Amino acid sequence: MSGYLSFDRRRLTALVTKEFTQVVRDPSTILIVLVLPLILLFLFGYAVSLDASRTRVAVVLEDSSEPALSLAMAYQNSPYFDVTMARSLKPVRNMMIDGEARAILVIPQGFGQGVKKGQIPPIQIITDGSQPNTANFTTAYGNGVLNNWAASRQLEAPRGQATSQPLQISTRYWYNPALKSQFFLVPGSIAIVMAMIGTLLTALVVAREWERGTMESLMATPMQMSEFIASKVIPYFLLGLGSMAICSLTAVFIFGVPFRGSIFALLVLSSAYLMPSLGMGLFISAATKNQFVASQIALLSSFLPSFLLSGFLFEISSMPLPIQFITNAVPARYLIPSLQTVFLAGDFWSLFLPNILIMLAFGIGFFLLSFRTTHRSLD
Amino acid sequence: MERLRAIILKEIWALLRDPKGRIILFAPPLLQLLVFTFATTLDVNDARIGVLDRSGGVQSSELVQQISASDNFAEIRRLSSHDDLARAIDDQEIIAAIIFEPTFDRNLTKGKTATVGIVLDGRRSNASQIVAGYISSIIASANVSADKQTATMTSGARSIATNWYNPSLDYIWFTLPSLIAIVSAVAGLSVTAQSVARERELGTFDQLMVSPLRVHEILIGKMIPPWLLGMLNGTIFLAVATLFFQVPFTGSLILFYLSLAVYMLALIGVGMFVSAASTTQQQAFLGSFLAMVPIILLSGYASPIENMPEWLQMTTLINPARYFVVLVQGLFLKAMPFDMVVQQLWPLGLIALATLSASAWLFRARME
Repeated sequence: MSGYLSFDRRRLTALVTKEFTQVVRDPSTILIVLVLPLILLFLFGYAVSLDASRTRVAVVLEDSSEPALSLAMAYQNSPYFDVTMARSLKPVRNMMIDGEARAILVIPQGFGQGVKKGQIPPIQIITDGSQPNTANFTTAYGNGVLNNWAASRQLEAPRGQATSQPLQISTRYWYNPALKSQFFLVPGSIAIVMAMIGTLLTALVVAREWERGTMESLMATPMQMSEFIASKVIPYFLLGLGSMAICSLTAVFIFGVPFRGSIFALLVLSSAYLMPSLGMGLFISAATKNQFVASQIALLSSFLPSFLLSGFLFEISSMPLPIQFITNAVPARYLIPSLQTVFLAGDFWSLFLPNILIMLAFGIGFFLLSFRTTHRSLD
Repeated sequence: MERLRAIILKEIWALLRDPKGRIILFAPPLLQLLVFTFATTLDVNDARIGVLDRSGGVQSSELVQQISASDNFAEIRRLSSHDDLARAIDDQEIIAAIIFEPTFDRNLTKGKTATVGIVLDGRRSNASQIVAGYISSIIASANVSADKQTATMTSGARSIATNWYNPSLDYIWFTLPSLIAIVSAVAGLSVTAQSVARERELGTFDQLMVSPLRVHEILIGKMIPPWLLGMLNGTIFLAVATLFFQVPFTGSLILFYLSLAVYMLALIGVGMFVSAASTTQQQAFLGSFLAMVPIILLSGYASPIENMPEWLQMTTLINPARYFVVLVQGLFLKAMPFDMVVQQLWPLGLIALATLSASAWLFRARME
């Protein structure tokens, strides 16, 4: 093999043209580049919402005095709850089992009397522990409504003395003051879409050459290994950038995600990310040479980790240490914070540069690996 | 019957023949279950936050002490200026910063209300809201202790919170059962989707057609191995969840297997539809992926169905995983009784019937 990195322009053009023809001919490639990103974006934009919304709860009114009714009304009027009223625990018990209610709030007997005496009896909040996140949230908001209600009654009562709270909190959320989870989920999902195109598609197309035996025909040509790899990288790199552009336009114009950084930064970040993505795809296909196995490994090592282990949905710092360690090997981990920043905050190169360098290093590593694997099997 | 047995055997061999393929059938699902169980928590622990104390008095440093004593924060970074604060947040070194303005201690000693400022990174709005909750509750408890002398009605309003089914709100008890639904969907769909497409691409499908096998025999033969695989994987997951992770299983095993069987049938119908529609493995793979993502995202596992817009909530009604997630959660934690299982099982059965008939129809149509 003379020279790893020698390219013959004519041969390379021919190979790239062949690849593009195959892309255009197979409708499923267009599907993955155009349709899939949009579907993913819409699903992440609408389906995955972590924002507080109306939780279905049942309020059990064991007491029918005026204060009990007024507290029940407070729950009914709260924007956080979708209330079903009941007189006793029994009929609502089953609602907890099939998730028709996520919590039961019991206003106990003697509640009204207690309030008249100036001592509010505790109400009971029973949550569905099978969904811990919702359970925590419901308890917090249930208490919030209770406290507001108590405070408003106190204001009405003439003898009540207003409490002075010495400490006050003022909270500001930078970059996303309305706290829309879409605003960070949509940029994050762009990373997942690119992982799909980079790794999954590349893994399949190279494995296909091996499985169908066309690889041998290619090897019989004067083609160099570097030209072969370049011919697989260039088209999918461009496709990846193309669907990134589609996603970004959708994010900004349909989901109203702000874009405060520069297009240049977005381009640099996505190009850097496509390197490890494509490299991983090449390596997987060269190592497996079988489409089914390649697709499964690509799914397992690219899509699911960039979805679950990248900090996209779940905080990395909350994971156990061994898993935190694994997340270091997930390229999307380095892209997602930068993408969220480009969209929501602006160009912060001190954040981007280390991430870009790590992604490029991963990319080079994967390319070297796939070079070696593909090369060896030539003999 | 003889022919049917032969093709089922052939299909099982085709699945198990390749050593790489064999590993792929069992190792990744199990690995996914383990890694994702630990990874997918919406809790926020060990968050890194910063403090900008421009007051420097006794009260503010006492409050900082209390905050750093909390288990929820890994590291409290001292910030020297507003610029320093902005840089730390911009580079995501900290998720939140607490600011004490110079007047903080002065105001408190004068008996006036002093303000604690919290700046949070809205780029991670979910986590930062949780962090804001932690900080607020620490400050609120400082308020209460300062307020103890004047017992007021506000501090008198109380509630007793009880968490049914999962008293200590262990997150794993939520993720593991739900992941059974997700992981078996991923495995079941991708295996079924490849079956016909692979034979088509390699040209062996024509051989099947000239064999004495009837169309329905080929179809059943293609469906049974992935179904068995799904049941086997389900059993492994059940064992791992209950024996290794000690998640309680309070429901009936028979109902669990019944639900799993119907769920797998519904998924295999989807997978076979994709497989029959595609001519290459690449198309089959992408098609199954296209089906998989909505099945996972609209199942109620990734985020609660109640949070979705109304029209999307309606769409989840045709998602088999939606019912199975309720079923596994119910059977694991809530001792779901028979009649309530049936309530979830009949729509699941209808979906299975629909996907299986649709795939049989397409399969037949594409044969001719």
